[in-house]
Amino acid sequence: MTSSNTIDRREFIKVASAAGTGLVLAFYLPATADAAVDTSGGTFEPNVWLRIGTDNRVTITLSRSEMGQGIMTSMAMIVADELDADWKNVSVEQAIAHPKKYGSMSTGGSWSIRGHWDIWRKAGATARMMLLSAAAAQWKVEPSTCKTEPNVVLHSTGKKLSYGELASAAAALPVPTDVVLKDPSAFRYIGKRMKRLDTPAKVKGTAIFGIDIRRPGMLFASVEQSAVFGGKAVSHDATQALAIPGVVRVLPTAKGIAVVATSTWAAFQGREALKITWDEGQWATQSSESIWATFAELSKEPGTSGDKAGDALAALPAAAKTVEAIYRAPLLAHATMEPMNCTADVRTDGTCELWVPSQSPQAAQTEAARVLGVDVERVKVNTTLLGGGFGRRLAADYVTDAVQLSKELGKPVQVVWTREDDMQHDLYRPMTYNVFRGGLDAAGELIAWHHRIVGPNSRGLVTGGSKPPYAIPNYLVDYHLKEVGVPIGAWRAVGPTQNGWVVESFVDEMAHAAKKDPYEFRRALLANSPRLKRALEFAADKAKWGSKLPKGVGRGIAAVESFGSSVAEVAEVSVEDGKLRIHRIVVAVDCGPVVNPDTIEAQVESALVMTLTGMIKDEITIERGRVKQSNFDDHRLLTFEEMPKVEVYTIPSTEPVGGIGEPALPPAAPAICNAIFAASGIRIRTLPLGPDTLRKR
Amino acid sequence: MASITFVLNGKRTTVDVDSDTPLLWVLRDTLGLTATKYGCGEGICGSCTVLMDGEATRSCVTPVQLAEEKTIVTLEGLGAERLHALQEAWIEEEVPQCGYCQPGQIMTAAALLQANPKPSDKEIDEMMSSVLCRCGTYPRIKRAIKRAAQGGGQ
Repeated sequence: MTSSNTIDRREFIKVASAAGTGLVLAFYLPATADAAVDTSGGTFEPNVWLRIGTDNRVTITLSRSEMGQGIMTSMAMIVADELDADWKNVSVEQAIAHPKKYGSMSTGGSWSIRGHWDIWRKAGATARMMLLSAAAAQWKVEPSTCKTEPNVVLHSTGKKLSYGELASAAAALPVPTDVVLKDPSAFRYIGKRMKRLDTPAKVKGTAIFGIDIRRPGMLFASVEQSAVFGGKAVSHDATQALAIPGVVRVLPTAKGIAVVATSTWAAFQGREALKITWDEGQWATQSSESIWATFAELSKEPGTSGDKAGDALAALPAAAKTVEAIYRAPLLAHATMEPMNCTADVRTDGTCELWVPSQSPQAAQTEAARVLGVDVERVKVNTTLLGGGFGRRLAADYVTDAVQLSKELGKPVQVVWTREDDMQHDLYRPMTYNVFRGGLDAAGELIAWHHRIVGPNSRGLVTGGSKPPYAIPNYLVDYHLKEVGVPIGAWRAVGPTQNGWVVESFVDEMAHAAKKDPYEFRRALLANSPRLKRALEFAADKAKWGSKLPKGVGRGIAAVESFGSSVAEVAEVSVEDGKLRIHRIVVAVDCGPVVNPDTIEAQVESALVMTLTGMIKDEITIERGRVKQSNFDDHRLLTFEEMPKVEVYTIPSTEPVGGIGEPALPPAAPAICNAIFAASGIRIRTLPLGPDTLRKR
Repeated sequence: MASITFVLNGKRTTVDVDSDTPLLWVLRDTLGLTATKYGCGEGICGSCTVLMDGEATRSCVTPVQLAEEKTIVTLEGLGAERLHALQEAWIEEEVPQCGYCQPGQIMTAAALLQANPKPSDKEIDEMMSSVLCRCGTYPRIKRAIKRAAQGGGQ
């Protein structure tokens, strides 16, 4: 370990997250000393994000989780670009969870790139500058006479050294404190359609998800949880379960009663044979209807004031025209294709190793340490690929039992949730009850807006994204939060998914009440939101807003700014024989600098599928305190043939870097619902669409 | 327990398991071939699709005894020697997002092209609508199947 590169330099970049999540995250770029990097082998590792070996390989460390959003590739593109690395020589390795080294490791809030854009660029640029300095020193020339090409430093005389050849010398240099980042015109990879690094393994079947982990001597476990939220097992009879070949043990856990076996199937079979007596607890008689009734009752009372301007309550009675509407956003499940699972190996020396498909390996680490009563340093967390995340895997509730069972059995244990477990023990997108009142003056100007939200007791999840983006002189958002015993959590695009839908639907109602064009009505109200206005105009232009449509086809528009990006969408739909037909969806995205255009398109396509599933297919309902749906037969997903045509346009932008995993969801549902209104006169205020919703009454 | 023999990815394979065990779990837990995925356990989502004598088969609801003396191909075996045209097309079109359902998608598409090397859009829609993807890779799957079919299918 050399001493000269262990400068005590820390760079704190504090950043606050945007709409909805309400988290404040801090990141730092530690110098080598903090990261305790061993450079004795000649490897060059100027910071925690990359290392260059004497073999000329560049290894980039991914501290975020790859769940399909392409971050493995996008991050590598950013670091490699500033490093001037040769893409052929670049590989990515997943970071082992560390409480501090990488800052927060949570993958959520469309945060990976916008939270690391500068840090990752700087990490690459710093290393590049050190390699260049090492070459200049070796040649005894001015660094300004040297330049880099992929994986080599060149001198004006034609001399050349590879990064690998320079790695040892560069590792002995001090870490520069000020590096110059590339001008975007010099980017080699950023902005290009680079091939995804994770695709070949996913296509060959060699990609390893959490459920694919196999450890020597490993056992498999399946846990019966109380169907009623909050219920507890009072007693159980394991006799028949233990008679199933392969079943090893039956024992209570934090979540319920576990069956541990030598195969997943034996564990599932053992579950079927269990006899359990439950204390169903206080929520056993609850239903979706009773929750809606509770919310409706609460909505009659003034709530806690949130965002506001002027005096909406005074302006409403004075308005020339008022409109009232009630919107109900449903409970939604994440339904990741890979059910929740975790593999734990608790060893006799008190250490523990996890293999877990997690969006928050630090949360998994903390949870395992809590279960075992040890320091987090004793828990090693390997993050696998995630078979979908969508916010579900930010939690660590699927870690708990695996750790406990491995400890008790003294062997590695993989806990796999069945699809039914996954569907019925999710942390759902909250159901919300929204009461709107809007007021227009005599000229049809929107002068008052009151949005009262009633939902379960998590303010961020319920109210996130409810502040209208429009210049309304008097507005008030107030809310009631009520515990209803249904577990809720972050669902892709979080608060802005349901609030984007209701706000953009109700503003459409106001436009129609004012007898104005919904696009022009919004546009006039966005004078103070130039970025969103530009996205709105871009989408309208691409969709040829105002042009003639075939008979029966309606057009709808919506625009929402969330997670640092502005997205506007135009939908063209028709309603035929009570059925929705989507002809076209135009999406205009301003996410600032574009890292990989192909990934942006994929994320937008994904956002539309997820939104449509929530609109026309899936809903979670509660009956007798439990979730009624259990598998993909009664909780259906959008299918191949139902996929609409989606056109994605990325707006050339010099705006700050924004997210892309989530921002295309919030405007999708309202654009489609507004188009349904334009086509049929039916205003959708409850989702998902029922079988008869679109039949004319 | 029963001794059951089949040809798996070109290799004669014998397992000693309960004959009712779904083929999925024999592949994943007994034989350690984890490309074939558990998604629903009810034959609904298609993540577990393998080829059995060339037919797209839901391994999660197929008792292993039905595989006796059959030829089974999983994603691991599809392109073992040289990538299948579909796998190449999948890479070209950058189909996968999370990737979890993709083994089932590719195996279903392989069965389609084997039976019908030049499927129409409608035929692709009909066959592929039986396999669910939560990430929304459907438009790319369609492009990849067409690309592979144009390149000659197999």
